[in-house]
Amino acid sequence: MKRSRPARDSAPPEPEYTGHEWDGIREYNNPMPRWWLWTLYASIIWGIAYTIAYPAWPLLTRATQGVLDYSSRAELAKSIKEFEDRNSALDLALLETDLTAVHLDADLLDYALRGGAAVYRAHCSQCHGAGASGTVGYPNLLDDDWLWGGSLDDIYYTVAHGIRSDADEDTRFSQMPAYDGFLEPDQIDSVVHYVLALSGQEHNPELSESGAEIYAENCAVCHGETGLGNRDEGGPRLTDPIWLYGGSEDAIRETIRYSRFSVMPNWRGRLSESHIRQVAIYVHQLGGGE
Amino acid sequence: MNTAGTAPPRLYAPREPIFPRRVAGTFRTLKWWLLGILLAIYYVVPWIRWDRGEFLPDQGVLIDLAHRRFFFFWIEIWPHEFYFVGGLLIMAGLGLFLFTSIFGRVWCGYACPQTIWTDLFILVERMIEGDRNRRIRLWNGPMTLRKARLRLTKWTVWLAISVATGGAWIFYFADAPTLLVDFVTLSASPIAYTTVGILTATTFVFGGFLREQVCTYMCPWPRIQSAMMDEHSLTVTYRTWRGEPRGRHRKARVQETLGDCIDCHACVNVCPVGIDIRDGHQIECIGCALCIDACDDIMARIGKPRGLIDYMTLADERLQAEQSHLKDLARRLFRPRVALYTVLWSGMGLALLVALFLRPAIEFSISPVRSPLYVTLTDGSIRNSYELRIKNRHGEDAIFKVGLAEGSPFALRLEGSDDSTTVVQADQTGLRRMYVIAPPGSDEAAGGQFDIEVWIEDVGASTRGAKRTTFHGSGT
Repeated sequence: MKRSRPARDSAPPEPEYTGHEWDGIREYNNPMPRWWLWTLYASIIWGIAYTIAYPAWPLLTRATQGVLDYSSRAELAKSIKEFEDRNSALDLALLETDLTAVHLDADLLDYALRGGAAVYRAHCSQCHGAGASGTVGYPNLLDDDWLWGGSLDDIYYTVAHGIRSDADEDTRFSQMPAYDGFLEPDQIDSVVHYVLALSGQEHNPELSESGAEIYAENCAVCHGETGLGNRDEGGPRLTDPIWLYGGSEDAIRETIRYSRFSVMPNWRGRLSESHIRQVAIYVHQLGGGE
Repeated sequence: MNTAGTAPPRLYAPREPIFPRRVAGTFRTLKWWLLGILLAIYYVVPWIRWDRGEFLPDQGVLIDLAHRRFFFFWIEIWPHEFYFVGGLLIMAGLGLFLFTSIFGRVWCGYACPQTIWTDLFILVERMIEGDRNRRIRLWNGPMTLRKARLRLTKWTVWLAISVATGGAWIFYFADAPTLLVDFVTLSASPIAYTTVGILTATTFVFGGFLREQVCTYMCPWPRIQSAMMDEHSLTVTYRTWRGEPRGRHRKARVQETLGDCIDCHACVNVCPVGIDIRDGHQIECIGCALCIDACDDIMARIGKPRGLIDYMTLADERLQAEQSHLKDLARRLFRPRVALYTVLWSGMGLALLVALFLRPAIEFSISPVRSPLYVTLTDGSIRNSYELRIKNRHGEDAIFKVGLAEGSPFALRLEGSDDSTTVVQADQTGLRRMYVIAPPGSDEAAGGQFDIEVWIEDVGASTRGAKRTTFHGSGT
């Protein structure tokens, strides 16, 4: 901002120069305030102290540890422990509450669902899928069709003991025989068409009629006389549109000839009791819980 | 390079101590009032109670960081509404531009915390050590018992003010009465003590010792303001044409040869930043207007009109010097940029108000679960899942009911509920799984995508909202 000023009594004092001069250009001495300089020194001291207190100076194999003995790994372990301690009351409550009564306590339910979701993602989603919709050979957990039962206690038992898991004596076990060689190919064909008829699909009436007798002799024990299945034996229901290994003619024939079953590990011993309960509660409320 | 001279130049400049003299006048009175009001607001606001129901805090103004809620009396802001805070900050910024382009550094001179607390600290200093001359004598004098006692008293009062200042800050972030008890009984969080400690230290040092150095060296605002002011902004200025040549008026002399300035240094003595306003516009000047009061007082005593030092625009000062015709002050201050800032500022304010009043009665969202898109059930029906998030902004638990439009071919169900109602806890967002089911064999079950509308009712408040979403049949 330019303004004209009349002459004054006293001219402002000549500014100080540092004494540096380049080609006639002289450097003003505009010193910093003292406190500013102190701030700089304080920062330097702080910086040095910091490298002494915390891991900093690189050595041959590792850096100096620092007198405070700080490590981010230990911090992590500490905070995990801290959260576990904080949750211990809820864990205890979860163990003492009947599974069917957990939903009465909003906080406990919230804890179980969040924990269960985490357990599911870490341990179950590999086979059952991130959305729990399963795939061929791995059951869909969202629908209302359950091989071994969909109540909280049933799900809990399945998670704890697994299915056909060698390591657990109490595991859920069922085995369908392979009928290849045991039944003639045309007999198998007629059973296939009987099963297609049971599930309301397109079929050959003649074949399915002759298949009814073979079904009653060989299959009804586990799958039920009307094809409704048997949860005690883990015999799948054949009357609905939900198939673990596929419901097409070829897929059914393949299953009858060679038999198919997969294994689910027992999680007791791998997961804590609280985690098993959490994941059971989580799976139960995915849409198919009974 | 040529190194002339032998003595090495000094690398630091010691601060020149400033001893502002007491002053009385229009602007000083105005500033005392502002100081009182602003300090009262700062200290008192966290203690105002405001009933919001059983499960919400009853503090009028509360920034609840732990629960991510901001309460301002009847307004409650959730994190997804942070744009309100953003909008207010933009308004604050534009407001500063607006005020600066009209009134110059009015923020620095009247409302800035640094100015307010420095004023308060100087007041304390003056009450304990006396006015300017006595303070200078005390400063220059040797260290005596009296000097030590006065200084210690002053520092103690300063420290008390600083602790109160730092202490008041934390009450905005937690329930004030509870926190006060916790704080005094040493059971408050370490964060509270650290915050109070830091703010106490900064208040004590900034108000007591750094004072004008904060404005001159540390604050970016003076630099920004120099860019925003022009010769049509009001500023505290000396009427050079009227005052010069300055000199002592003596009765014997012919006064016509001298200007109105009697060179009494009243304006210099009261200045809290230690400048001579007669040297013209300077970056150190915070526009506090105390020199106007001081000079008006002198002018009254020597029988001259007030306003040798005054608020005016630099353009006016030049025009007056040339004795040109001046337009009306309001018209001179009103410039295109003022109009622009006003429009932007009030536009922002209006937008925020509209947004505030248009906040939906029920806030909820529906997001379809896409993994998997649909599930086949044993009876052949097709089911879609949705994540339903309901925000309960009441101070108590509330029941919400969801449903589909009448005549819809779909069925709706809420997980864990038999009648499509759910209770959401007070002041929480409830996450529920919602199912929409197409009956077996229907066109919808076998078809592709369908638009559906889901309504939700806040049963207690009888308010309703609706949202559209998509249903995927097995043909997708």
